Amino acid sequence: MLKDKACIVGIGETGYCRKPGSGMSEEVLQLKASVAALADAGLKGKDIDGVLAFPNLGKSETFAASLGSENLRFAATIHMGGASPVASLRMAAMAVDSGAANYVLIPGGWNGFSGVRVRQTVTTDKNSIPGGAIAWDYYMPQGLTVPPQWYALMCRRHMHEYGTTHEQMGAVAVAMRKHAQLNPGALMCGKPLTIEQYMASPMLADPYRVNDCCLETDGAAAFIVTTVERAQDLGKTPIYIMGAASGQPYPADEFTTRKDFHQTGLTIAAPEAFRMAGVTARDIDFAQIYDCFTFEVIQQLEEAGFCKRGEGGSFVENGGIELGGHLPVNTSGGLLSEAHSLGLGHIVEAVKQLRGDAGERQIADAQLGVVTGWGDFGDGSIAILRK
Amino acid sequence: MSEYNKPLPGMDGLTKEFYDFCKDEALHFQKCTACGSFRHVPREMCAQCNSFEWEWMKSSGRGTIYSWVVINRALHPAFYDSNPQAVPMAPVVVEMEEGVRLLSNMVGCTPDELKMDMPVEVVYEAVTDEITLPRFRCSQA
Repeated sequence: MLKDKACIVGIGETGYCRKPGSGMSEEVLQLKASVAALADAGLKGKDIDGVLAFPNLGKSETFAASLGSENLRFAATIHMGGASPVASLRMAAMAVDSGAANYVLIPGGWNGFSGVRVRQTVTTDKNSIPGGAIAWDYYMPQGLTVPPQWYALMCRRHMHEYGTTHEQMGAVAVAMRKHAQLNPGALMCGKPLTIEQYMASPMLADPYRVNDCCLETDGAAAFIVTTVERAQDLGKTPIYIMGAASGQPYPADEFTTRKDFHQTGLTIAAPEAFRMAGVTARDIDFAQIYDCFTFEVIQQLEEAGFCKRGEGGSFVENGGIELGGHLPVNTSGGLLSEAHSLGLGHIVEAVKQLRGDAGERQIADAQLGVVTGWGDFGDGSIAILRK
Repeated sequence: MSEYNKPLPGMDGLTKEFYDFCKDEALHFQKCTACGSFRHVPREMCAQCNSFEWEWMKSSGRGTIYSWVVINRALHPAFYDSNPQAVPMAPVVVEMEEGVRLLSNMVGCTPDELKMDMPVEVVYEAVTDEITLPRFRCSQA
């Protein structure tokens, strides 16, 4: 059992921007976030002996070389796109619990606005994701080229089977934007969004409007995991990993033929994580849900067990996922309204909430939080964290 | 046909075999000869029974619309540079009588006319001298 065997002890961010761009390489961005995480934890680069680099955005060995991590013992990358950071959190916990490493760094960051855009990744490199070759041979020739188009197919089927509405998707966009107003670091702070403005937003990949889509931004974040024992000697309140799991939909490399079209990696991962933690969805004070698109929040709330499949739409309505609602979701504004931090920002925000460092958006007495990741054709990861 | 500059499938292995059948205007799917299950996209092994024995079987070509996306703004240069009239376009997921699903596009049917579970049948579009893509039209039966 991995329950309560490892802690997050350091978090770091660079800050996020769009125009004119970060002006830094993706490597420098991630190193700056890593240095910030080390400082937060009270550690030095030489203490790091494990690095889990984000897919396609750097090599663990490169980070170790620059940080002076002379004792690198554990280096890997989990190829799950946006589900990678939370899956890496789990793998880091396994590594420190087993003794394979003492301090594991998980960096991630990019010039997602000023550099290569997401729309250019799979379409220019068939090896960029595990299902890339299938996308090249069977999706792209038919004009299906980018993630909002892939997921829109899942969304429309969900709308058909369960009656999920545009207004419910809009409730997700509005909630994330409200939270961003309380986060000075959010790109959309100072730019509120009403449901009327959302409904007037042009269609991009119907049923997805422009305002259903996350931001594209430059920036990086990082965090550090160590054992519970080592965490006690460091400066910050240790954040315990109570439960963590990752999973793949079946099949993971192709989504049109899935027998269960609504299955995601989270469908498999969430029950494992809750069982490990010994808590239920009802016990959770907040959730940071990977919000690449609005519907993916609804879908993950269902598959994570916060509500039944088909009830995600009503779960997010009427302020249900806003601060003060039954489950505040993405208190920083998320990918939709803070920045596209590749899912690392969701972990960072969960740590801030549990430490009580979330400023104006702080949830009173936050004890238990969930973080999810979503990537590629629906890969999933989840962690249940406590202070 | 030399002007076609949209993405094309890689023509090797089982993918070449799949598209070569399309060129002959005969949609085929793999059928496991051990357990009888159909599969798409092509793979070397049956995921139901792990048999490597299989054969290409001609599809009835009939299916129903399972889902679709209306692309109002193309995010790939081939779909906006080459042809401004390319959008809106609506890739569809078709559930075939054989039980497999595949991604395609409709011809002679606008995005507004798409309906869930609408019966459709395969047609073929030779986009280059080498490659023919399967497309679908509303069922004529």
